[in-house]
Parts: sequence; C-alpha cells; structure tokens
Amino acid sequence: MLNLYGYGNQLIDGVWVTLEVAFTSLAIGLVLGLIGAAAKLSPRRWISMPATAVTNILRGVPEFVILLICYFGLTNLLSHLAGGDVDVSPFEGGVFALSIVFGSYSSEAFRGAFLSVGKGQLEAARAFGMRPIQVFFRIHLPQAWRLALPSLNNQWQNLLKDTSLVSVLGLEELMRKTQVAAQVTKEPFVFYIAASLIYLVFLAISNPIFILLERRANRGFPKG
Amino acid sequence: MAIIGGPSGDGVYDALIVEDIHKKFGDMEVLRGISLTARDNEVIALLGSSGSGKSTFLRCVNLLETPDAGRVYVKGELIEMGQGAAGKRFAANPRQVERIRRRLCMVFQQFNLWAHMTVLQNIIEAPVHVLKLPRREALERADAVLEKVGLSAKKDFYPSQLSGGQQQRVAIARALAMEPDVLLFDEPTSALDPELVGEVLTVMRDLAKEGRTMLVVTHEMGFAREVASRVVFLHKGQVEEEGTPDQVFGAPKSERCRQFISSTLKH
Repeated sequence: MLNLYGYGNQLIDGVWVTLEVAFTSLAIGLVLGLIGAAAKLSPRRWISMPATAVTNILRGVPEFVILLICYFGLTNLLSHLAGGDVDVSPFEGGVFALSIVFGSYSSEAFRGAFLSVGKGQLEAARAFGMRPIQVFFRIHLPQAWRLALPSLNNQWQNLLKDTSLVSVLGLEELMRKTQVAAQVTKEPFVFYIAASLIYLVFLAISNPIFILLERRANRGFPKG
Repeated sequence: MAIIGGPSGDGVYDALIVEDIHKKFGDMEVLRGISLTARDNEVIALLGSSGSGKSTFLRCVNLLETPDAGRVYVKGELIEMGQGAAGKRFAANPRQVERIRRRLCMVFQQFNLWAHMTVLQNIIEAPVHVLKLPRREALERADAVLEKVGLSAKKDFYPSQLSGGQQQRVAIARALAMEPDVLLFDEPTSALDPELVGEVLTVMRDLAKEGRTMLVVTHEMGFAREVASRVVFLHKGQVEEEGTPDQVFGAPKSERCRQFISSTLKH
C-alpha cells in the first residue's frame, strides 16, 4: 500500500472538488453542445456560420490556453462591464472554460448524430401531428443520443483528465492537492502515482456506466 | 376556422376534398392540378407509373410536402396556406396542420416505425402525446388495434425484431390507434418481399370492409380492382382516368391508362 504521509484525506478532499468541476462542466457542456449543434444545423447562415466558427476555434486552441484566457479574461471583462472589481473564482473560471470546450466537441458529436437519424423517423412523427418540440424530444434526440454516446464517452474521459489543468488557477482539486503534498513531503513519485491511480479509478467507474447507457440506448437497434 | 365544402345542406362534409394541387421540385412540375374527393367509407386507389406524382400527391394531402397551389379540406376544414415574399407557400397555421394530421394518419412505404420504441410504445406514442389520451385508454386502444392486425403477441418486440410484413402491420395499427378520419397509404407493400405482401393486403382488405376511408397509392392491381371503390390513374401529374375499378380496368377511356393496365397485367 502507498504511504501517503498523512495526506490521504487531503487527496480525498481534492477528489470531491475534481468531481464537482467535472460534473458541473459536463452538465453545462452537454447543454451547450446541444445548443451548438442546433445552431450549426440551422438553415439560417447568420446562425450556423458563427456557431461553426466559434466551435472550430475552441477546438483548435489548447485547452490550457483557453482556461487562462477564460479565467483572466473573464475577470477583466466582468470588472470592466460592472465598472468595479468582480471576482471570478478559480472554480467558476475553470468550469466555464471546460464547459465551452466540452460543448464545442460535443456539439460536433451531436451534429453528426442528428444528421444520421433517418428522415423517415422524423417524418412519421410529423405525420402523426407531433409538434416540432415533440419530434425533437420524443424521436430525434433519443435516436441521436445513441449515436453520440461513444463520442461523448471519449470527451467525458478527456474532461475528467482536463480538470487537472484547473490546478494552475489555484483551485484545490486533486492535482493541486497532489502537488502540494509532493512538495511538502518531497515524495513526488508517490503522490503522482497516487493521483494517477485515482484518475484511473474514475474511468474504471465511468466506463461501465457508459456501457450500460449504450446498451440501453441501443435497444431496438440491430447489433453491428 | 374556415368550413367549406359540404356536399349538401345536411351539415355532412366529405372526409377529404383536394382541389387543384400543383407542385414543382425545381423546374420539374410533378403535380399539375390534381383534384380529388374522398367521401366517407370510400377506398380510393391511386395508380400510375413511377414519376406520375402519386406519392407526392399523397404527401401534399397531409402537408409533408407543401403544395405550390391548391386547397385541401378535411371534413370541411380548409388547411390555411400563406404566401411568403418570394411567392413560396407555407402552412399559415402550424397548429392547424398538426391538428389535421391527427385525422389523416399515414402508413409509409418504409414503415417508419420508431426504432427506439417497442411495438406497444410505437402505438401509444401519438395517442398519449398528441391526442393527450390517458395512458390507460391508449393501452386499451393499442390492445384492440394489435388484435386487429394479429400481432398482440409481439407488443414488447422492437421493430427490428419483426419481419417487414409485421412491421407494416404494426404501422397500420399505429395509424388506427389515432382513429383518423382518413388513412393514407403510401405504397404500403412496395418495400416488402413478395411472400409478405399478402398479410398486409389482408389487413387492408379488412379495414376496407369496416368502412374506413382510405387513400391508397399502390402498385397492387389486384387489390385496387377488388377493394377500391374508386380508382384514380395519374399520369404526368394529372388525373388521366378516374372511375370504378370495373370502368378503369375493364374499359379504360385513355390510351395511356390502357397501356399501363395491360403492361401491369402481363407480369
């Protein structure tokens, strides 16, 4: 067993913050992804073109850079707008950055998925008198969800790992706690290994959940 | 609500009146002024070679395609159309179109059963979410219509687990569960293996016997001849010939119709 020199509880505290950042960003990012996909698929070019441009930029710039821009840029922007000092906490800045990045990637996954749903499926829904919002939530989204899931799983794994970047903002999440412990105890190897194992445990828990979700979403569809 | 088109002063309206429907796709003029009236309990077979516009016509009736010109009345209610800046027509009142579609349920060539739902879920979906029926009542309807198409045993199956013929029977049951005024069939047997056609036609025959009002685009000449109360032959986007099956099959007036019938009877 690893000897954590009494820093085990610290790491556990960090775990909760990491999970909080990850799940908050996931929730916001999914909503942004759906909105982004809808915008990119809009027949109105003044909606689809900027949406495509923004998501391409966000996917093209390193996340670390986006994180710093969001944190410092947001503080400046909000202070400027409010005409006084506005504090953006590392948590808020981090979640904001991770959400828009997750939103950009997932908007692409959703866009492809929405396009892949059979036209006849939607046509049948319209022919039975469903409103557009019902067609979307009853037919289009459930079928697109299934197609988007594998890619969302990938992006969720990236998101979980990218939470470690937020440590540079001083947020006391798992990575930050690990760094502090490593410095104080002068046992970097032990603590970075411990942190790695914890990230792996996250994935070990999340993977079966995705397998279940995919199995559920694939009911009714032939395998292959 | 505009109510027009009653046949007489007795307040009874024809199930469906379609007047002078035109439709272009780009420069292709697919429909060139088609009119048609379906009275209650009538079964109308729409025939024609491919490209004659029969499917497009059917899709104009429930506004899956927007006609460029013409009027559709369902039980006397005119579907209101508007005209955009570039002369492009659109349904002026989407709510009205949704309301009317509940009364004109469609059976598709490719079945289009919702793949992520079981047979039972497919059938209660629109009654519950569109008609807002209580779930219990929708389930009762589902039992009744599944019994009618002979698929009660398959209600917990997914569409992908059924044969094409079974899927199409479920699709018919799904339409019946809405208790529509008119059933629209868009080549319901064209996507089926030959040995599965019969079971679907049998169900459709039973519906005709019950007195359902049906508009059927089909290539099944036998079905049209035996079951239809009226046959309409389309050619190049116009009604070329119209009459009882005996008239159209026995003594067609138009040369094209005669050719079409003799060529299909050869096979």
